[in-house]
This record gives sequence, C-alpha cells and structure tokens, in this order.
Amino acid sequence: MLHPGAIAQLLLGQVAPAAPAPMETTLGKPTAASIGFFFAIVLVTLVITYFAAKKTKTSSEFYAAGRSVSALQNGFALAGDYMSAASFLGISGMVALKGYDGMIYATGWLVGWPALMFLVAEPLRNLGKFTFADVVAFRLRQRPVRIAAAIGGILTVLFYTIAQMVGSGSLIQLMFGLKYEYAEIIVGAVMLAYVLFGGMLATTWVQIIKAGLLLVGVTLLTGLVMSRFGWSPVELYTQVVAKHGEGALQPGGIVASPLEAVSLGLALMFGLLGLPHILMRFYTVPDAKAARKSVLYATGLIGYFYVIIPIVGFGASVLVGREFVTQMDKGGNMAAPLLAELLGGTAFLGFIAAVAFATILAVVAGLTLAGASAYSHDIYVSVIKGGHATEEEQVKAAKIATVIFGVVAVALGILFKGQNVAFMVGLAFAIAASANFPALLMSIIWKRFTTQGAVWSILVGAFSSCTMILLSKTVWVDVLKFEQAVFPMKNPAIFSMTAAFAVGIVVSLLAPEKEAQEKFEVEKLRTYLGVGAE
Amino acid sequence: MSNVAMKAERSQTAHEVIESKEFKHLVSLRWKVSMILLALLFTSYYGYILLVATAKDFVSQKIGEVTTLAIPLGVAAIVIAWVLTAFYVAWANKAYDPEVERLKGQLKH
Repeated sequence: MLHPGAIAQLLLGQVAPAAPAPMETTLGKPTAASIGFFFAIVLVTLVITYFAAKKTKTSSEFYAAGRSVSALQNGFALAGDYMSAASFLGISGMVALKGYDGMIYATGWLVGWPALMFLVAEPLRNLGKFTFADVVAFRLRQRPVRIAAAIGGILTVLFYTIAQMVGSGSLIQLMFGLKYEYAEIIVGAVMLAYVLFGGMLATTWVQIIKAGLLLVGVTLLTGLVMSRFGWSPVELYTQVVAKHGEGALQPGGIVASPLEAVSLGLALMFGLLGLPHILMRFYTVPDAKAARKSVLYATGLIGYFYVIIPIVGFGASVLVGREFVTQMDKGGNMAAPLLAELLGGTAFLGFIAAVAFATILAVVAGLTLAGASAYSHDIYVSVIKGGHATEEEQVKAAKIATVIFGVVAVALGILFKGQNVAFMVGLAFAIAASANFPALLMSIIWKRFTTQGAVWSILVGAFSSCTMILLSKTVWVDVLKFEQAVFPMKNPAIFSMTAAFAVGIVVSLLAPEKEAQEKFEVEKLRTYLGVGAE
Repeated sequence: MSNVAMKAERSQTAHEVIESKEFKHLVSLRWKVSMILLALLFTSYYGYILLVATAKDFVSQKIGEVTTLAIPLGVAAIVIAWVLTAFYVAWANKAYDPEVERLKGQLKH
C-alpha cells in the first residue's frame, strides 16, 4: 500500500511542533488489553490452523482449500486479503492530515473489483487449477509461459511482501513497543505456521476472521465518532473546517497532474487483476458462479470500508488533532489507533492494535502462499517435472517453497529496516498491471495470442515498469539520493501497460501459432460453460 | 420415434455446440454486457478523477453550509462501482446461467 507517509512528509515539509497533548496515550507501550487481544487472536487462528491441517493433505487442499470455500466466505477472504493494515491506518491517517485527498485516494482502491468481475473472474476460475499462470499458459507452450508468468508473479509478490514486512515491523514497534527485529521474526513464525500446516484453508479462515474483526472495529470507531457529532456528518465537516480550514474538504495536491492521476488509477484498477495472491483465491470456490458471487460480496465489503474510513480520519483530525497525530508518527498512521483510545479507552486501542497485527499476519500469509505456489506449482511441477509429479511430491515441494519464502521474507524485512519502502507497493501494483494482467487478458479473449507474445508481453511489462519506477522521483531521488529524476512520472502504468499490450499483440501477429488458435476454439466450452473445469 | 433416436437428435458434440448459433450468441452477449459495464465504470471513475484534477473550483463549491460537492461525488464513485457489479451478477443469474445450463444439457456425454 503506497504509504501516505511519504506524501505527508513531502507536503508537510517538517515535523509538526509539539503541541500540548489532548490526551494521555499508552501507544508504544504494551498494555494488558493489547497483549490480551493479540494472544486471543493468535490463539484462535492457530486453533483453526490445527483443524485445517487435518484437512490439508492433497495439493488441491494445500493450494485451493479443496474448493470448499463458499462465495460468502471467499468474499470475506478476498476483502481481508485486500484490506491491509496500511489501508486502514494509512488512509485514515491521510484523511486526518490532508483531508479530502485521502478520499480520492481511497476511491482508487475499490474500482479494480468491478473490472475484475467483468473481465477475468469467471474465465479465470474455469480455465485454471491453482494459479493465474495456469490460465495464461492454458493453450500455449507450457515451459516458456510458465517461467515468464512465475517471474511476473514472484516479482509482484516479492515487492509487496517487503513493503508489508517493513511496514509491519515499524507498526508493531510503534504500537506495542516491541523491537523491530523481534516483530519481524514473530510475524514470520506465526504466518509460516498458518501456511505450512494449514495451507489455503487456514489462510482463508484467518482472512475471514481478520476481515470480520477489521470491519467491526472500524464500524464501532465510526459509530463512536458520529455519536460525538450528534450523528450529523455536516456537524463533523463543520468542525473539520473550523479547525483546519476549507481546504480540508477540497481536493489538494494529490491530483496535481491529470496524467499522473489517470496513470495511478490504471495501476490500481488493473494491478488488482494481476495480483497473484488475490487471483489464487478464485480457485478455492467450487465454480465460476461462486467466483462471481464472491467478487460481489468482496466489493460490497471493501466499498463499505472505504466509505466509512474517511469519517474515522476526519474524526481524528478534530478530536485528536493533526499535531498529536504527527507527533506519534509523521505519516499519520496512528490517527485511527489514537482516536480509538480517545473514544473507547485502552481496551479499544488494544483491540484495534491487535486487529492491525492480525491484518499484517493474514496478508503476509497470503503472499507467502502465492509466492510458494508460483515456484512449486508453476515451475517445479509444470516445468521441472514436466507436469508429472505425484501428490506427495507436489505437496512436499509446496511446503519447502513456503519455508524458503517465509525465511526470505523475514530476512528482507530485517534487511530493509528503516528504508523508505513505501514505493514498493506502488511498484508491485505497476508490475501486476503491466506484466501479469495484459498476458492474462489476452490469453483469455484473443485467439491469435501466441507463446512468444505472452512471454515478451510479460517480460516487457515487468522490465518497463521496474525501470520507470527506478528512474522516477520516488526511487531515484528519494531513496538513491540523486539530484533529478530521469523518468518524470511517479506511476508509469499508463506506459508500461500499453507497452505490454502492444508487444504482446505485435509479436503474436508476427509469428502465428496454429495449435494455440485451435486450442482456443476447443477451450471455449471450458471458458464459458465451465465444462471440464477443475 | 424411439427413445434412443430422440436422444441422439438432441445431443451434440463439443464441436457442434461451439459452432452453434446459440453458443456464439451467448459468448458475444457476455462480452457486450462486460464492455458496457466496464465503459460505465471507466466513465464513473476516470470521470471523477479528471473532474477533481481539472475542475477543482467546480468540485470545491459548497452544496450545504460547509459540505463541498466533492464529498458526495467521492462517495458516489464508490457506490456506483458496487452497483455495477450487482448489475452484472443479476444479469448473469437471470440470463447467462440458464442458457449455460441449457447448452451443457445439449452436450453429448
């Protein structure tokens, strides 16, 4: 999740001067409430993992929960996978500090879901088995496409994971006062337990629980805010304006350039359709119809979340005050927890802190499963073993890959400690939108798409988005400390996505692949009627 | 006519179903609906973004004592996105799925 912290720091210019605190806070020290809730959540999720482990013997169970997840459950799991702690804390913080700009930002995070429904959800479920690479490679030559798709998938997951691990370390340190490295190890250990023993079934239930807790927590917080303002949004806005001026309700600097705004919108909208850990979840439901319904539920839950979050942000800006929020954390990430403490006491803060922690665990678990499956299912089984691996071999490969990925995640989290890795989520989305999405879409809908077209589309999409972001201000100047950015935009999606589509189309047309075209026709029964779907 | 003969008349091979008018119509209808809804989504979201980026004064005008037009616009963008997904599911349940079942029934087993 693109850390508003970076934006806030840039625009605020300096750390706010310390003002008299409107409240005493226990933030930064472990309290009975926060530790209690934390252990309760971890305990419940580990118990679930224990039961899930009993049911996780085959590859279908490890990767896809035995296709036993209902549409409503998957809706919650999808929402849970998507609403990260950064979403909750970051956007409420952004609204608290910058006002309306946070709302603009929030909107972009939802609009990928309808696009997912219209373009990809059902064919994805029908054509694939465990991963999105199944669908890209369906009628093409397996080896080259699988490798390319695995590269695109792993790159996306890797950057997303580093951002989550670093973000979670600082968050836990901030909220619980726990040392960064210990936080990383705890996160790594617990989430590895979920994935290794309980596979997709456990991670799904962890997501469902976390989504439920998050939504309940935010709803409660919103209710408490509204009750302070006589249940009138207008009263809330009036106080916001009184305290921070009319600019708080007007668009500010976030949409400085229309081109940037549209490019960011494209990355957010189509990046979703290329996120491996989200797409994987579609294989946990029985059929395409259930896949379709789960998107509807997820969209509703996530939409609700992004509609009420600004109220939390505005409430924090009035009741807690911008100075105190920035005092606790320059990026504004503590706006919601501080508000929770002010309105609901230490107990409520403990609850919110524990939920934020659960959120982190759940997302990282999902990412680990996606990263492990890209290696074990796409590369090991399909490429190295030529598609012939016994169930035992498959599950064993998956578990080994999981452990490796988990250890790497913790190591990278510790390695990148203190670095400004906010750009990595934007990068992950850009890669997803440029490398994974175009190839996926063209494979589903375009008869003349070829193996070479897929491979080149993915590679060009990945390479161009990475390079353009590397050369942009967020990395070249802010992280590498050069003078002037080489690439003028922060979000290259509009260019890298276009390039990926163009390359895919041109390369495919240059060298037609008759076999792929014939298979396209035959596979239509599976794509649209679900005949033969796994 | 005997039962077996009647059954044989109704069932088709995979190839026949794919080439059939009904199947082709189903596929093209599905994409038409998707494209229309996608276009509406684009209009709603990118329209909102471009409006906010290029017409700040218009969007900042007050529609109440303090509430700016921007606020309901932002909420509407989110709600419309969800409504579009609901449309799609309603259409799919009503028109797409029954036809899918019918075509699957025609397939020779």
